[in-house]
Amino acid sequence: MFWTSLVDLAHGFEVALQPHNLLYCFIGVLIGNLVGVLPGMGVLSAVSILLPLTFGMQPVAAILMISGIFYGAQYGGAICSILLNLPSHPPHAVTCLDGYPLTQQGKGGVALGITMMGAVFGAAFGILQMMFLAPYIAKIAFSFQAAEICSLMLLGLLAGSTLAKGSPLKGVAMTAFGMLLGLVGTDTATSIERYTFGHYELADGIELVALALGLFGIAEFLRSVNNVAPVNTAYTKLKFKDMRPSKAEAKEAAMPILRGTLVGSLCSLIPGTGPVIASFIAYATEKKVSKNPEKFGTGAIAGVAAPEASTHSSIQGDFIPTMSLGIPGDAAMALLLGALIIHNITPGPRLIVEHPDVFWGLVASFWIGNLILVFLNVPMIGVWVRLLTVPYRYLYPSALFFICIGVFATRNSLFDVGVTLVIGVFGYLLLLLRFEPAPMLLGFVLGPRFEENFRRALNIAHGDLGTFVERPISAFFLAICAALIGLQIYARIKKARAPVKLASTAFD
Amino acid sequence: MMKRFERQRDYYAGALMILIGVFAGYVATTYDLGSLREMGPGFFPLILSVLIAGLGVGIVASAGGKEGDAYGPMAHGHRVGVDLRGWAAIFAGVVAFIVLGAYAGMAPATFACVFLAAIGDRQNTWKSAAVLALGITAFAIVVLSFGLRVQMPIIRGF
Repeated sequence: MFWTSLVDLAHGFEVALQPHNLLYCFIGVLIGNLVGVLPGMGVLSAVSILLPLTFGMQPVAAILMISGIFYGAQYGGAICSILLNLPSHPPHAVTCLDGYPLTQQGKGGVALGITMMGAVFGAAFGILQMMFLAPYIAKIAFSFQAAEICSLMLLGLLAGSTLAKGSPLKGVAMTAFGMLLGLVGTDTATSIERYTFGHYELADGIELVALALGLFGIAEFLRSVNNVAPVNTAYTKLKFKDMRPSKAEAKEAAMPILRGTLVGSLCSLIPGTGPVIASFIAYATEKKVSKNPEKFGTGAIAGVAAPEASTHSSIQGDFIPTMSLGIPGDAAMALLLGALIIHNITPGPRLIVEHPDVFWGLVASFWIGNLILVFLNVPMIGVWVRLLTVPYRYLYPSALFFICIGVFATRNSLFDVGVTLVIGVFGYLLLLLRFEPAPMLLGFVLGPRFEENFRRALNIAHGDLGTFVERPISAFFLAICAALIGLQIYARIKKARAPVKLASTAFD
Repeated sequence: MMKRFERQRDYYAGALMILIGVFAGYVATTYDLGSLREMGPGFFPLILSVLIAGLGVGIVASAGGKEGDAYGPMAHGHRVGVDLRGWAAIFAGVVAFIVLGAYAGMAPATFACVFLAAIGDRQNTWKSAAVLALGITAFAIVVLSFGLRVQMPIIRGF
């Protein structure tokens, strides 16, 4: 198995090193890095805008590029957090706590250097994990039938909505609502149009791109317009040589990077716990094991190194369930799954066998892409830092246009652009009521597939709901689901006894 | 006023979910429900609707407690409230894109969309908005129309 993985990887490098694939990988990580650096731009909207533009491309190139945006943005996001104290990318919110104090002490460059070390180590570990684990997981999943797939999806959906930030009740409600939106359009089994209310344009369903850009693009603009604090650009003069950490600093960062990486890789294996949670746990762990925890929050090197390493290892590991099971762990991976489907690649355990070009090409491109990112960020840090100062008043009108044209290009429909605006206003309402829109996207992508498998499983079992608990693997997944819900209730009772804020416990 | 909204937020949030659940559930019952063995098109939507409404009740029930803001360091410091000028500009920009995209072509649609949206930001002037809009239009023509062949003519013939 070990050996075959290496042979397959060699094939992957052949694919990824083809000039046009290499070019798109480069474009992907470049755009990702750019989006990460620009405060006020989101990864999800960037991917959604570019998704329709990849329709004409070969599937491998498209997937490499889109994936590149995801991990590329993590490099840029750290710059934004450390130098500006702006947590515009959730996985890097924790990095602000110690990264910005370091910047204020004139050690922003060192913090970025440490981040790079953590990023490379974390990413490398995450990719290795994907190389050796994903084929195994897929092999196990070969035997899954409708009932197992259904229970596994339920686990993914439940974990994705309860473990993310915010209230778990609201998270599950958003997931269910997203699934409902996913059902809009013609029912595949009976050809009956559902929830279209006479609009023939909706017969094919709501467009994934329209939903994502409404929720993460327009809704965000409606909230932010004339409402963003001016960016503090006091610390944006930074040169390449400022980034080199001293020997003592590098030594101080080494163990936290290792621990952070392990936390990240463990988190990526649990469906639904993406990079955001990984970075929080890594920070909390570091504070717990540290000899002088009072230093955290005032510029501790470990407080930068551990969460950054965990973010990068879990973002690479996040690809595992998506590519090996076809079940995404968060909204970003849901978009990637959407991209696979658009390019006629059926996600699921057969993907690695049926499309080795896509899977191994992707793994190889991860190595290449991360290498490119280091070269992009380390010597050229000055360029990126200057981009931090691009004002929001130029960014958002341009982004609004790209949203319009992106949605239009998906299926040449101006009706969809209008739908996006409506979704955007509704998304603003949801944000106002403190609903997290991300689980909605997850539900939207998995909803129709869940229904299909649910129907099939019960059809096979002659309508006996017991099939889900009688089949051992399915029962196992359902048991984890129950444990998840139990954990939430337990946490709630515990919280009610000791009224400590949820977020603050993560830092104690 | 704003304080009151903060306190009552979860009541509104739950009510919205109940509303959605009841409405979607009602619509689902107009489709064929079928049986567990042969599910009709209405079956699964009905399950989801009941779940959403139930969760809405749960959100209302758990509202009003001393639940802290779990956002912690992620809060962006946004004010609650609608910025009329910004909202009008975003709406106008998208609508202009749709109308001009249908009748006038990509170049006018792009210019109008960016220009109107930019005017919405109080820090932009007419001139800076126009310059930005021109720049994006040029980019759209070269990259999107010539490069990526987006299916919308630059100028529609009359």
